[in-house]
Amino acid sequence: MTATTITGRINGRELTLRVDNATLLLDLLRDMGLTGAKPSCEMEICGACTVQLNGLPVSACTTLAVELDGGAVETVEHLDAGGELHPVQRAFLQHSALQCGFCTPGMVMTAKALLEQNPSPTREEVIHWLEGSICRCTGYEPIVDAILAASA
Amino acid sequence: MLLPTDFELHRPTTVAEAAALRAELGDTAALYAGGTELLLAMKLGVLEYEHLIDVKRIPALRGIERRDGELRIGAAVTHRELETLPDLPALAHLERHVANVRVRAAGTLAGNLAFGEPHADPPALLVALGARVALVGASASRELPVEDFLTGPYETELGEDELIEAVIVPVDGAVRAAYRKFQVLERPAVGVAAAGRLDGRVFDGAPVVVAGAVDERPVRIPADALAGAAYDDPDALAALAAAAAEAVEPVDDLSGSEAYKRHLTGVLAQRAVLALRGEG
Repeated sequence: MTATTITGRINGRELTLRVDNATLLLDLLRDMGLTGAKPSCEMEICGACTVQLNGLPVSACTTLAVELDGGAVETVEHLDAGGELHPVQRAFLQHSALQCGFCTPGMVMTAKALLEQNPSPTREEVIHWLEGSICRCTGYEPIVDAILAASA
Repeated sequence: MLLPTDFELHRPTTVAEAAALRAELGDTAALYAGGTELLLAMKLGVLEYEHLIDVKRIPALRGIERRDGELRIGAAVTHRELETLPDLPALAHLERHVANVRVRAAGTLAGNLAFGEPHADPPALLVALGARVALVGASASRELPVEDFLTGPYETELGEDELIEAVIVPVDGAVRAAYRKFQVLERPAVGVAAAGRLDGRVFDGAPVVVAGAVDERPVRIPADALAGAAYDDPDALAALAAAAAEAVEPVDDLSGSEAYKRHLTGVLAQRAVLALRGEG
């Protein structure tokens, strides 16, 4: 396999890695034990693999691992690194915004990215931002409620 | 999961270096920017390349320049970066509704054109606005109207030894533009763009109306009925809708039947024209 040496930050830790060019970011992360991001649709439609790459939400399933070079990726595992849940995670709990939980890491990372770009979104803006993040059990109302509750 | 085939990754930092790689590697290489289309096709094994040429790390392709009444959108500029574009509200509005937030964060406007996916939002509006693509090769550069660049489904005029340097969009304060679409799946079923000059409520000449996503290429819809008419003239709009339904050749698919898409094209043509009074 043809490989590239990259240096980037994964959840705040700078790492230098040799990665095969054909490796996807999702698999690099999951092989490191960061299994919050889920393989699901595998085609950028469902949002279950959402992580933040350089602050922006991306589909890790369709992002090459080498894109981490010179950048930083954050996954759901990092959100309670300070010992406390992130405000978005607390709001999801308070609003029962999850049921089976499969989509939740992607939803939380998507919501976090939104609030970093726009700390006080309207309900419409939240809904627009969540287009392409699919939940098949809870439904979207409690998720939208939770994100609005976590907003400034 | 690995992509099914191994490839060499090239990360040039200048346009000249990228053009030289294109000339050297020919059809064994693909240009790679956001990867939102290319990597999907490679994952499915539909496309295989021995080399990917990453253009994202070329600083000269990353900017948006304003020059001589035109906007030069560098080939590595993402949909997301265009969502807040102040110069062209209609394009910014379109970009805010491309795919989803993740695709917009990674995908580029030039990549969207280069892939030639017919079910895409930007081509119709770019054709209506008279946009061009600037192509560069190892020995020569050229410009082509977007309309001529897109030759068919997944087919463009891009040479094996060329890359897109920029998408050039004329900015004329007197021209109003709008894009309206209907979409139930991940891609638009039909999208219609309109661009024209209004003197108060009345069109100065006929607007340019272009249907996208519904055919193999963007299709111009005859809009003569609107020349000199009020933008909301019911008879002129009815004539436009009829012309729109006739102009396209839709196929039945999951987005709708042929008849339904003809109907949608007419409705969206009217909505795009009516939106010219508001812009966006």
